[in-house]
Amino acid sequence: MKLLVLVLNRFFWFFPTVLGLMLVTFTISHVIPADPVAFVAGDNATNEQIEALRAQLGLDQPVHVQLYRYVLSVVQGDFGVSLYTLRPISHDLASRVPATLELTFVAVLLSAAIGIPLGVISAVNRNSLLDHLLRVFTVSGLAIAAFWLAILLQLLFAMELGWTPLQGRVDGWGPDEVTRFYLIDSLLMGDLDIFLSAASHMMLPAITLAYPAMATIVRFTRAGVLEAINSNYVMYEEAMGFPRRVIVWKFVLRNALIGTVTQIGLIFGILIANAVVVEAVFDWPGLGLYAVQSILQSDYNAIMGFTVVAGVIFIVVNLIVDIAHGFIDPRESR
Amino acid sequence: MTANSRSDDLLRVRDLSVSFATDGGVARVLDHVNMTIGRGRIVGLVGESGCGKTTLARAILGVLPSNSARVDSGTIDFDGTDLLQKSPEWLARNVRGRQISFIPQDPFSSFNPVFPIGSQIMELMKWKSPELSEEDVLRPRWRPGSYSRARRNADYERVLILLRKVQLPEPEAILRKYPHEVSGGQRQRLMIAMALLPEPKLVIADEATTALDVTIQAQILMLLRELATDLGVSVLFTTHDLGTAYEICDRITVMYAGQEMESATSNEFFNHPTHPYTNSLLRSLPSREHGIQGIRGEIPSLIDPPTGCRFNPRCDNSVAVCRQDRPDPTDMGDGHIVRCFNPVSAEQRAKAS
Repeated sequence: MKLLVLVLNRFFWFFPTVLGLMLVTFTISHVIPADPVAFVAGDNATNEQIEALRAQLGLDQPVHVQLYRYVLSVVQGDFGVSLYTLRPISHDLASRVPATLELTFVAVLLSAAIGIPLGVISAVNRNSLLDHLLRVFTVSGLAIAAFWLAILLQLLFAMELGWTPLQGRVDGWGPDEVTRFYLIDSLLMGDLDIFLSAASHMMLPAITLAYPAMATIVRFTRAGVLEAINSNYVMYEEAMGFPRRVIVWKFVLRNALIGTVTQIGLIFGILIANAVVVEAVFDWPGLGLYAVQSILQSDYNAIMGFTVVAGVIFIVVNLIVDIAHGFIDPRESR
Repeated sequence: MTANSRSDDLLRVRDLSVSFATDGGVARVLDHVNMTIGRGRIVGLVGESGCGKTTLARAILGVLPSNSARVDSGTIDFDGTDLLQKSPEWLARNVRGRQISFIPQDPFSSFNPVFPIGSQIMELMKWKSPELSEEDVLRPRWRPGSYSRARRNADYERVLILLRKVQLPEPEAILRKYPHEVSGGQRQRLMIAMALLPEPKLVIADEATTALDVTIQAQILMLLRELATDLGVSVLFTTHDLGTAYEICDRITVMYAGQEMESATSNEFFNHPTHPYTNSLLRSLPSREHGIQGIRGEIPSLIDPPTGCRFNPRCDNSVAVCRQDRPDPTDMGDGHIVRCFNPVSAEQRAKAS
């Protein structure tokens, strides 16, 4: 019941947040000192042609009318057409969002699956050699630039050892599109070859994305575990002779995860930002690559579309995190 | 001394010394402490903050902080076994929560905040149910045996019965709640229930009522006394409140600066206080005749304690020998044990009110 109220409350705030996001992207795209219409029309266009195109794109209207139309169409899933290819941006995004989501989900799972146990081990063996080594490992994760790591991984695993493909998402045709997550779709088809191909293509970009995320998760889990271990309830649990492993991996971990889960929500934003770079290096046909191309082509509609979609993904993930909080921490859902 | 006294005494702490590494140096927090708890007896361990009573409680449980505390000497004989000779693993499996259980000072922060109360109690039963034999808990990889549905149900019934005994209304509903959803008094009742569920031989209650409202304190104390007497469980009850100790304890041991100074039955303790510190303590209780009388001086540093008797700088009776030698515990008759060279005389004695 309380949880339901929490969920409804968070849903209620979802809409104003998205509206605010659209307002920001819209404003930014209208204050930058460049005329997209002139850019689209080309160097040889006459003034009449430019004005005609401006009217066609609706950019001759007053700003508030443009904003109204923009919000109305975005709500209906229409981001306008690309100024460069004149294809509907929603089509482009629809084919690219799943690729980025799949990559970031795998990266988040990877970083949590490795980062949480490492954080616990690091805290339990605080100030040991192991803890110091893990600290070096995590600090490097935060310090190393994604594009550099990506290239190093390519050089080692793709070029030198030949264990993984250099770039791309899959060899040959992808699987039949159901969820558009290749790892899932290939299994739905029952085609193990495509699955393995998709998985091996996934490997390097996912590791590149996951490494800094994992570093953050290790640090927050470690801090959370240390705080919990020094609490009165752990003192009590020890005085009552619970097995050490139950205290650490059940009683302490659940408390420590409260902070970690919040971080995972925030990490998601960083992952999407990093995806821009990582997708460019690995030629991964996702949102990030699309954003890079759009920026290079000054394709404002596409940039706005990308920004809104990336923002909505971030907001939705944090909505899920908020709800997950309610499940992990019963005090939250009061 | 031999077979007979062993069966009468459940716990005998002898000559126990514990030091802590602190920033200022090594502090001797327990200095050659002796204490005895008889079977089925409630023993009060009374002293000011920092006198070592919590350290003594933790030493018996075997949960001294391993990085800063060190046991320098002594034995803790529990039911014929010297606990100091046993491995931490053995103590966790076979002693803590099973033979010696614990009621914490602060029931607010001692429950894990993110698990329902019932889940925490059932986890306890999984590892500490009285149905488990010593053989069960000492298995090579310490599994809860097979925690079968049948055993679980039996344990659940056991929990419900005990929750009713500690006078918690609607136990099933309480088990579904989270710790923050029940009152402080209820939480302490739950803690008492959890301490008694494994059917231990000894319960260590560390200032178990200090964090509660005064009105609830009395209820909880009576409840603890009643249940312990019914179940024949020994209790070590630490407190800084002499009145509380007098109300529920059969026997009282007074500690000062890491040494036990006097130990006697509650009546004997109040009627014939013999150690000058105990006497001053009793005199410092507020009364109509003389108001409040404090004890002069202050608690000594445990890093650099006074030589001889640790109370000598504040003692009205101190003589030359008190400043040189540490007095040994002496039986003044009927198990009234005093650690003093120059005990108080009948005229100096504080009158029990």
